[in-house]
Amino acid sequence: MSDTIVLLPDQSTARIPKRNYLTQENGLLSWLLTRDHKRIGILYLISISFFFLLGGSLAGLIRLELLTPQSDLLATDTYNKVFTMHGVIMIFFFLVPSVPATLGNFFLPLMIGAKDLALPKMNLASWYMYMAGGLLALWAMITGGVDTGWTFTTPLSTHFVNTNVITTGLAIFISGFSSIFTGLNFIVTIHKMRAPGMTWFRLPLFVWSNYAASVLMVLGTPVLGITLILVVLERTVGIGIFDPTKGGDPLLFQHLFWFYSHPAVYIMILPGMGVISEVISTFSRKRVFGYTAVAFSSVAIAVFGFFVWAHHMFIMGISNYAVLVFSLLTMLVAVPSAIKIFNWALTLYKGSITFETPMIYAFGFMGLFTIGGMTGVFLGTSGTDIHLTETYFIVAHFHFVMVGGMLMAFLAGLHFWWPKMTGRMYPEKVSQFAAVVTFIGFNLTFFPQFILGTLGMPRRYASYPPEFQVLNVFSTAGATILGVGYLLPVLYLTWSLKYGAIAGDNPWQATGLEWQTQSPPLTENFTQIPIMDHEAYDYEWLERQKEKEVASVG
Amino acid sequence: MSDSTVIAHDGLEAGHHEHSPHLHHQFESVEQQADAGNFAMWLFLLTEVMFFGGLFTVYMIYRNWYYPAFVAASHQLSVKLGGINSVLLITSSLTMTLGVWSAQLRRKGSLIFFLMLTFLLGVVFLGIKGVEYKEKFEKHHFPGANYSLQSFVNPASDPVAVAAGDKPLPLDIAQRTEVYFSLYFAMTGMHALHMIVGMGILLFMIFRARSDAYTTGHTAFVEYFGLYWHFVDIIWIFLFPLLYLINRH
Amino acid sequence: MPQISPVLWQFLVKWLTNFALFPPEASRIAPQLDALYFFIVLVSLIGLTIVILLVTSFSILYSKKRHPVPVQIEGSTLLEATWTIVPLGLFLVMFVWGALIYFRVFTPPANAMNIYVVGKQWMWKAEHPGGQHEINSLHVPAGRAIQLTLISQDVFHSFSIPAFRVKREAIPGRYTTVWFEATTPGTYHLFCSQYCGTEHSHMIGDVVVMSPEDYKTWLASSTSGASLAQNGERLFASMSCNACHNARPDARGPSLANVYGAKLTLTSGQTVTVDEAYLRQAILNPSQNITQGYAPIMPTYQGQISEEGLIALIEYIKNLNSDYRVQQTTTTTTLLPGGAGKAAPAKQEPAGQGMVQQ
Ligand code: HEA
Ligand code: HEA
Ligand code: HEC
Ligand code: CUA
Ligand SMILES: [Cu+2]
Repeated sequence: MSDTIVLLPDQSTARIPKRNYLTQENGLLSWLLTRDHKRIGILYLISISFFFLLGGSLAGLIRLELLTPQSDLLATDTYNKVFTMHGVIMIFFFLVPSVPATLGNFFLPLMIGAKDLALPKMNLASWYMYMAGGLLALWAMITGGVDTGWTFTTPLSTHFVNTNVITTGLAIFISGFSSIFTGLNFIVTIHKMRAPGMTWFRLPLFVWSNYAASVLMVLGTPVLGITLILVVLERTVGIGIFDPTKGGDPLLFQHLFWFYSHPAVYIMILPGMGVISEVISTFSRKRVFGYTAVAFSSVAIAVFGFFVWAHHMFIMGISNYAVLVFSLLTMLVAVPSAIKIFNWALTLYKGSITFETPMIYAFGFMGLFTIGGMTGVFLGTSGTDIHLTETYFIVAHFHFVMVGGMLMAFLAGLHFWWPKMTGRMYPEKVSQFAAVVTFIGFNLTFFPQFILGTLGMPRRYASYPPEFQVLNVFSTAGATILGVGYLLPVLYLTWSLKYGAIAGDNPWQATGLEWQTQSPPLTENFTQIPIMDHEAYDYEWLERQKEKEVASVG
Repeated sequence: MSDSTVIAHDGLEAGHHEHSPHLHHQFESVEQQADAGNFAMWLFLLTEVMFFGGLFTVYMIYRNWYYPAFVAASHQLSVKLGGINSVLLITSSLTMTLGVWSAQLRRKGSLIFFLMLTFLLGVVFLGIKGVEYKEKFEKHHFPGANYSLQSFVNPASDPVAVAAGDKPLPLDIAQRTEVYFSLYFAMTGMHALHMIVGMGILLFMIFRARSDAYTTGHTAFVEYFGLYWHFVDIIWIFLFPLLYLINRH
Repeated sequence: MPQISPVLWQFLVKWLTNFALFPPEASRIAPQLDALYFFIVLVSLIGLTIVILLVTSFSILYSKKRHPVPVQIEGSTLLEATWTIVPLGLFLVMFVWGALIYFRVFTPPANAMNIYVVGKQWMWKAEHPGGQHEINSLHVPAGRAIQLTLISQDVFHSFSIPAFRVKREAIPGRYTTVWFEATTPGTYHLFCSQYCGTEHSHMIGDVVVMSPEDYKTWLASSTSGASLAQNGERLFASMSCNACHNARPDARGPSLANVYGAKLTLTSGQTVTVDEAYLRQAILNPSQNITQGYAPIMPTYQGQISEEGLIALIEYIKNLNSDYRVQQTTTTTTLLPGGAGKAAPAKQEPAGQGMVQQ
């Protein structure tokens, strides 16, 4: 096949290396007590997949209910619980840990040439915190659910609902530790554990973007923690910090919540952007165009991301001048994302492009994230936000960036690194098909929601006026296709664990250090600590490397 | 540069450093390990700063809005007890430092002594805090359904308020004292929680120190804990004036 | 078409008859906001097209088949600057344009007719100045600036009229305002768009825009007998406000005539302009802003008066433009049922709600 770059070893003789991180030790306990960042990454991968399927099933319920204008499938309060749990699970238990805790955990040390993360025990603790939080959230869901929306708006959450706000709040609080631990670990590792020669500007862009996301995790999550504690205290003992009848200010809750939750959206997208950099570069066989610009734009997003939170409150009675400031800053934070998109596009220029599955997902990302991001600008523009806020326009906006953006990036990364993680290839044709199915299903699901939002259909509605039905039917139909598109990878990736072709060290001919070691890697990653003597994405170096190998073998 | 492989040449072989038994497998050298550990600890303290920072911000906003209520409510706190507690905590920071110092000098006995002293000071601190809390509960100054405004709308009925020379507050201002006490309990409660966690770790360290865990040259854990303890101390140093001394100079 | 299954047929019919893509523009601000909306749509489309064009053309031109050997390129400062500055410039245009519209939507003109709206789980209650009271609907005349003053008595709600392109959060404990001028008579959706609990999706209603003549007829037919200000006047008496605010020379409280819109100097030295929010504060938390020259003796009315009662009082105070009216209330108190007179302590009249709603 000349239109791919896949370079597989001879399948009749190739074997998966006997000694690797998977075979190092056996038994359940060896996994539950592991300190190996790769194994922890796998643990995370399994758990977030579970939560994704759960959240996705809840999304299925949402879409089914919205098939008809009346609330006939689910009662309104059940519907409210369903979308709340959908949001909570998808955000806190799927998307926030998705790329950093799985792919980041697995590959960050490999990419910088380290044996492990700086704090392996803390890494394992982070997974346990995540699981504890996740199980508590499940418990809350089983024992009655919670119906505040994922935003926990006070005083609704503190005084007016009688569902499991406390349990869910604590669940998110606990899982917050997992985020903090992961972020902290990444920052320390990137600062202190780089291999000789691995300067900051030789780091793969995946590392840069995870670094930026880690900063957000470390600085933002504690604020969410204290906010949730205050909510829990307000519900349990009745302190009056957000309670207007006691002199508290419910808007203060909004400020605190969004002070975390806006940066959180960049926690969710930045690692995905890192994946896209890797994938685009590899499959166009070119250095990422404007490496420094892409690296710094991650940092810029992280910095500006902390100063735009009030754009979620434009009509909530903050002063008009605050609206001005936050609207302006929102415009500034949107620019670095545009920079990235254009740099990726130009990376293709004069490349030598092939279209393996990760690349297809990456192309999907670029289109969908551009739409999602630009609709973010509609919302950041104070005037248009008045009309569009709290409608399906927002729902569409964030699904475009989170599902069309981050989830696509996650799948791109998962396929890209699957050979390294498991030593086996996924089936290319089926997965290309799945990628296209997701793309079509996605657009059919969420594009109509922009129109619905413009028409004024409010979000979080279990029933709606009949004239919105047609578009909702499209959306539900799309979600069905989307569900298939997501189920397929679950199936064929599982299949490939046993039947996939042997991948060899570097099936994509990629340049990252992670590809220069065996697949699956050894427990301490490298037999010897590598020395980095070239820039990131140096394909010429790779060519020379191959020549040398051939020469020495021949 | 030459086209060397990414895999290191013989020059940088493993086993080049002395292999300390305390060197974790993921690090190349003891220095790197110490460096990383230190950095991680400071980062962790940064997250703590953000955590308490949220509370302090809330406090500042309400104090600005409801200053008279905050002043009257703060008179209900005993500066004496708070002052004693401040002294206790500062002393415990000192004993903690001495503990770290003992560990560095590999003096097991004195390390255990100072850790125990630190623990003890923490216990007394929490005890005093408990006495203060109890008094608040009894006077119904704990926010919630039983909250009572008596001491503020009718200070004559409350010796503490009389002693502070409080004037009766109009009802609508008096009601804001509940916000003050909400913050008081949230802030000191979170601080106390940090102390309790810290004391748990202290116990653990005392236990481990008996079997020479920190006195054979590997003092990192004690040092990091020291940082944590000082941090908790510093939080109190902020809490004390903010909560107890609002209008006393 | 009997061959097609009836369900599918129904769906097709519905699609053809009900397929809206864009909401009606029924207010003065709507076309202005839509202009901006389409501007951003245009910019987005151009941006998206550029991205798609770049990606597809490069994919075709530089696919591995056509272009087997990649050419390594570092980057280009010029390009980098271009795609920083051009989007930034466009975003700034949107920002300025958006801010202009935002300020327009939230700065009511001076002559706007004020309607109060109270949100509660799960209904909208509108109080017209003439005393008309509606639930989950709002009747307004076309061609006249209408200001809404919103408040919630429990959780956050949001008053949304998509056809007017306006929306404003109703917040507990604080007034918010928004205004619009409806242009086209008709019935439009009214949504609560902020999630507010179980029946959030049922907190909906209609905004009925009427021609001025129809509106007059409607006003007359739905009158409750007393205007909002009159209700306030009665409350003012029954809650014994006039015990102090009676404009007599020995009155303990300041005269409230013409206080609305006036600049007051407080004991703290600040000056404030009296608006609805200030009046509300003055009644609920009187001690927090004491007017200079007066003792802090006014009791708080927190918990004793409903949001509607407050609205009536405020409307009354707003309309006080001579002491004459206040003195009138003093005398009308005796006419009230029970004749409690000004001596009646406020507490005996737990909530003014009954008075207003009648
Ligand atoms: C991954 C998550 C993610 C990401 C990355 C973003 C990115 C952005 N978001 Fe979004 N947002 C959410 C997740 C996310 N958002 C969620 C979950 C909510 C709802 C929360 C809730 O209420 O439940 C939300 C809500 C939300 C609001 C609040 C709306 C409201 O409540 O009224 C706003 C308002 O400003 C906003 C703005 C933006 C902006 C400006 C960006 C920018 O960062 C986007 C930048 C990207 C681009 C601009 C694309 C690149 C552009 C080009 C390549 C074309 C350029 C070309 C030309 C201009 C010619 N978002
Ligand atoms: C990462 C974030 C994420 C992801 C991936 C998704 C994925 C999806 N979301 Fe979600 N969504 C949110 C985050 C996310 N969402 C948030 C934060 C909210 C706001 C909540 C709130 O308002 O509080 C929201 C709200 C939200 C709404 C609005 C509800 C309302 O306001 O009333 C809708 C409606 O269509 C929706 C739909 C979907 C759909 C169709 C998908 C699809 O992409 C999902 C497709 C996936 C599947 C269908 C699963 C595939 C697997 C199977 C089908 C297997 C079957 C299961 C088993 C074998 C166990 N979402
Ligand atoms: C015990 C006497 C008393 C009663 C009863 C009383 N007030 Fe007042 N009110 C005052 C005094 C004194 C002030 C000026 C000091 C201040 O600002 O609090 C005042 C101030 C005000 C103000 C602020 C305007 C200004 O000029 O300062 C408003 C509005 C007001 N009162 C409305 C009311 C209403 C409405 C009621 C009844 C529900 C009421 N008052 C009952 C004594 C009273
Ligand atoms: Cu009221 Cu939603
Ligand atoms: Cu945001």
